[in-house]
Amino acid sequence: MAEHIVSSYDTDLQDLRRRISEMGGIAEKMLVDSIAALVRRDMPLAQAVIAADTRLDVLQREVEESAILTIARRQPLAIDLRETIAAIRVSGDVERIGDLAKNIAKRALAIGGQFQPQKIVVGVQHMSDLVLGQLKDVLDAYAQKDTARALDVWQRDNAIDALYTSLFRELLTYMMEDPRNISFCTHLLFCAKNIERIGDHTTNIAETVHYLVTGETLAIERPKGDRSIDATVAGE
Amino acid sequence: MSPIAVTASQAIGHSAPADLDAPVRIGVRNLNFYYGDFRGLKDISLDFYDRQVTALIGPSGCGKSTLLRTFNRIYSLYPEQRAEGEILLDGQNVLAPNVDVNELRARVGMVFQKPTPFPMSIYDNVAFGIRLYEKLPKSQLDDRVEEALHKAALWDEVKDKLRQSGMGLSGGQQQRLCIARTIAQRPEVILLDEPTSALDPISTGKIEELIEQLRTEFTIVIVTHNMQQAARISQFTAFMYLGELVEFGPTNKMFMNPNKKQTQDYITGRFG
Repeated sequence: MAEHIVSSYDTDLQDLRRRISEMGGIAEKMLVDSIAALVRRDMPLAQAVIAADTRLDVLQREVEESAILTIARRQPLAIDLRETIAAIRVSGDVERIGDLAKNIAKRALAIGGQFQPQKIVVGVQHMSDLVLGQLKDVLDAYAQKDTARALDVWQRDNAIDALYTSLFRELLTYMMEDPRNISFCTHLLFCAKNIERIGDHTTNIAETVHYLVTGETLAIERPKGDRSIDATVAGE
Repeated sequence: MSPIAVTASQAIGHSAPADLDAPVRIGVRNLNFYYGDFRGLKDISLDFYDRQVTALIGPSGCGKSTLLRTFNRIYSLYPEQRAEGEILLDGQNVLAPNVDVNELRARVGMVFQKPTPFPMSIYDNVAFGIRLYEKLPKSQLDDRVEEALHKAALWDEVKDKLRQSGMGLSGGQQQRLCIARTIAQRPEVILLDEPTSALDPISTGKIEELIEQLRTEFTIVIVTHNMQQAARISQFTAFMYLGELVEFGPTNKMFMNPNKKQTQDYITGRFG
């Protein structure tokens, strides 16, 4: 795209993109580390994840402030306006992803000393691998303004929802087997839910990328695979 | 599954969205305009809709003011200038030789960039246009002047000094006086050529508010260099460049998601 006549306008928009790219990198690392801390019971790593969230919050505030300033100073139109609005939305989603990863790290600390059936922990890890792939793809799609790639993420989230439903059932079974499992199973359940929520945020970002590139909003409901609401212990 | 998309304008909404069912008031057909040998407009075809504000945008020299000046044939004051093609006002070609130009200019009023009050009283400024075309008794003339000043949102500010000179008003008031003079003739179409470019933000706001109200009665065509103004007050926008019409569409669409790259580059300040 051609440069603006006012070159500081380009600098403003580049600055927004640079900050969001930094946020994306931090959020990815927080997710990877929080799961590693959970699986390996690595307490210092969990602490590091919690600490990293501060930087993410600061960046999000900076993105918001500079986007608002851009609107006030330059009254952006068309692609520039969509770019500015997209920056606000994407930074909000990435900041929430950081919060959710931080929450996983806190839970890793809470259940660090307890027995954990590896099979379930592996299930959570598998889910997080899928979500991490989504997060990488959607951040690339944003950086490259690639709407096809964003739509692919948007549709793939279905698989994560399905995996979450199956983990949910499995954890319920463990809890019924032995009430001593309830404590860590509940924590793991929240971890799984957090990962599933991160997946939802990646689909939000995908929708924003689509809007940014095409100027159109996705009007249909995203395919959903979360059936955990139907999973009960009644009658068992 | 292919996602169904709605346009940005539908998603965002607007206080006065384009009325896509509005009838055509002015139909421009294959219009070419010449300044001597120079072709200032190249084969323009474009519709202007009834009781809608249409903004003409584009860089200096793109032909937007030229296009505006063809609607009331004000260019014919200059012998070197001529227009070819058709401009249909309610189906009648205003470029036809048998058209009474004075009557045309009563139907198509015009307001210019710099306020142009006549060196006479506020009352006479407004009455001037009416007296040109109609012989009215004093009481009716008074009513018409008052009505025009009301519609131009100027009445309250000048009602106690109608006999004072129009030249003594502020820039923004003078511009509203010119609008009052124009609407006193009860035109069908109002042409505005950068009406606020010489005004401060408060006067500009008053003129924009006025345009919004006048839209309910008149078909308005406005030339403006202020993109945000075009986005705020118009229902349709036409982008012109080098004498050609590049893109025309509902304003929301034009400013959120234009079809042509040239349009996007211009409205986002990338032109050069």
